[in-house]
Amino acid sequence: MSDPVPYAITTQDLNLWYARFQALIRVTTRIKHGLITSLIGPSGCGKTTLLRCFNRVNERYGYVTTTGEIKLHGKNIYDPDVSLVELRKSVGMVFQRPNPLPISVYENVVFGMRIHHARAQLSRARLDEAVEKALTEVGLWNDLKDRLGMKATGLLLEQQQKLCIARLLPLKPEIILMDEPCSALDVEGTRAIEELMFAMKGRYTIVIVTHNMAQARRASDECIFMLMGELIEHNRTEELFLNPHNPKTAEYIEGRYG
Amino acid sequence: MKPDTPALFTETALVRRKYRQETVAKWVFFVMAAAMIIPLLLIVGYLMVKAAPSLTLGFLLDVPVRGMTEGGIWPAFVGTIYLVFISLAISAPIGILAAVYLNEYARDNWFNRVINLAVINLAGVPSIVHALFGLGAFVYAARFGYSILSASLTLAIMTLPVIVASTREALASVPRSFREACWNVGATRWQTIRAVVLPNSISGILTGVILQVSRAAGETAPIMFTGAVFYKAIEKGDLFAYGLHEQCMALSMHLYTISTQVPGVKESIPYATAVVLLGSVLLVNAAAIALRVYMRSRTKW
Repeated sequence: MSDPVPYAITTQDLNLWYARFQALIRVTTRIKHGLITSLIGPSGCGKTTLLRCFNRVNERYGYVTTTGEIKLHGKNIYDPDVSLVELRKSVGMVFQRPNPLPISVYENVVFGMRIHHARAQLSRARLDEAVEKALTEVGLWNDLKDRLGMKATGLLLEQQQKLCIARLLPLKPEIILMDEPCSALDVEGTRAIEELMFAMKGRYTIVIVTHNMAQARRASDECIFMLMGELIEHNRTEELFLNPHNPKTAEYIEGRYG
Repeated sequence: MKPDTPALFTETALVRRKYRQETVAKWVFFVMAAAMIIPLLLIVGYLMVKAAPSLTLGFLLDVPVRGMTEGGIWPAFVGTIYLVFISLAISAPIGILAAVYLNEYARDNWFNRVINLAVINLAGVPSIVHALFGLGAFVYAARFGYSILSASLTLAIMTLPVIVASTREALASVPRSFREACWNVGATRWQTIRAVVLPNSISGILTGVILQVSRAAGETAPIMFTGAVFYKAIEKGDLFAYGLHEQCMALSMHLYTISTQVPGVKESIPYATAVVLLGSVLLVNAAAIALRVYMRSRTKW
């Protein structure tokens, strides 16, 4: 990608309040383009809140006040000319529990296209092509190509989660946000999703929230440690785990609290 | 082991007492639950026995004759259908759309809370008060006169809050994860509602609306004040007997009339009228349940 900025996401003094409660405190960070960055920290430390800031979906969950700036590829997403529809189109999110819509596999994949294009623009051939491409990319095509009409809620959890990732792809996202994408999956499912993340790395910037330190360690390039709404440390993953600079980070990764 | 030491795991007096209490409690609760069935069976059985001589298809399709002391109930039956359908045709769209606004768009501010309070209080207004309001607002102020239109509007206002409440409940039962899935591909609220929320709540919404049929069909006071009459001559079996600005007969009103106001009515006729009213309502409710079961079997998550 011909991107002059090597950073996909930068935040500067980002503060966020849910009503009176301050959930993020002066978060300043730079997340590199094309890498997998994991957010770790104990429950309630603001990981998910920070993740939800990146496509401004926080604003749908109630009273949220934000100050500071978030730039995606150099563009401040709080600029008045930013369209939330376009922003969320290029910054997709995957959730803890797979949330396929209760419609067919095929319709799930093309759901985003139907949202963003007029009916006349979507020929059957174009949709078919998008479905094949997206499902191939997440490794579901061979399993599901004869069952595209089946209800997505009837799939295995692992397949559902892959489908939720595939659902984002026809919109050509830049950034994929994952909120504990493996916590509902078993070992095999977790491995499959992690392998998928590796395969997608480079083309997409992936930010993943995880409770599982082992997962952060094996599956991410960079790691951000948060505590009580503050960003404590951001470093290359090996560096953060082997040689933490902040004593709080060291104690957390040793398992003294969390 | 001493001889008076009980063997292991045997009942003591305390255990036996607890078991006795347990049995008594179970039977008390069972009898109370079973008591629900008795009045229903008695009412329905009593009505059926008393109504038997008049229960024919002819009774339904015929018009009342000889000063309503004989004949059928067709004008009242058609009138009730008119009132129920017109009132729900008015209240269902308004109620459903209002509920969508309240549940999907409105933020939790003073305006939303005022609307909520209004819905709750409107649901608690006695029907006779609705009747007086309908009389003042529709019959006189809006100059619709005593008519099907006035009566239907009055019934619509009466059923509106319950439809709003049941629709909100149906909308709220759609899992948030479905909405999140939509938001995060950039769907607007309306796209989310159309693509995900409505398809997954439509069975609950329809059930709520259909259950209001029984209320609209059963209420007497609101229509008595605004558009129902004792007697209206129409053709036997004519389905398009009434115009919007005419008055009509209605089953609930007719039942009241022939039971209390007209002397010398054949004894089985009021009972048969009650059976028809009850039967229509039960039929509609059964249809609502069937619809819900059918739609639930299709939407699974």
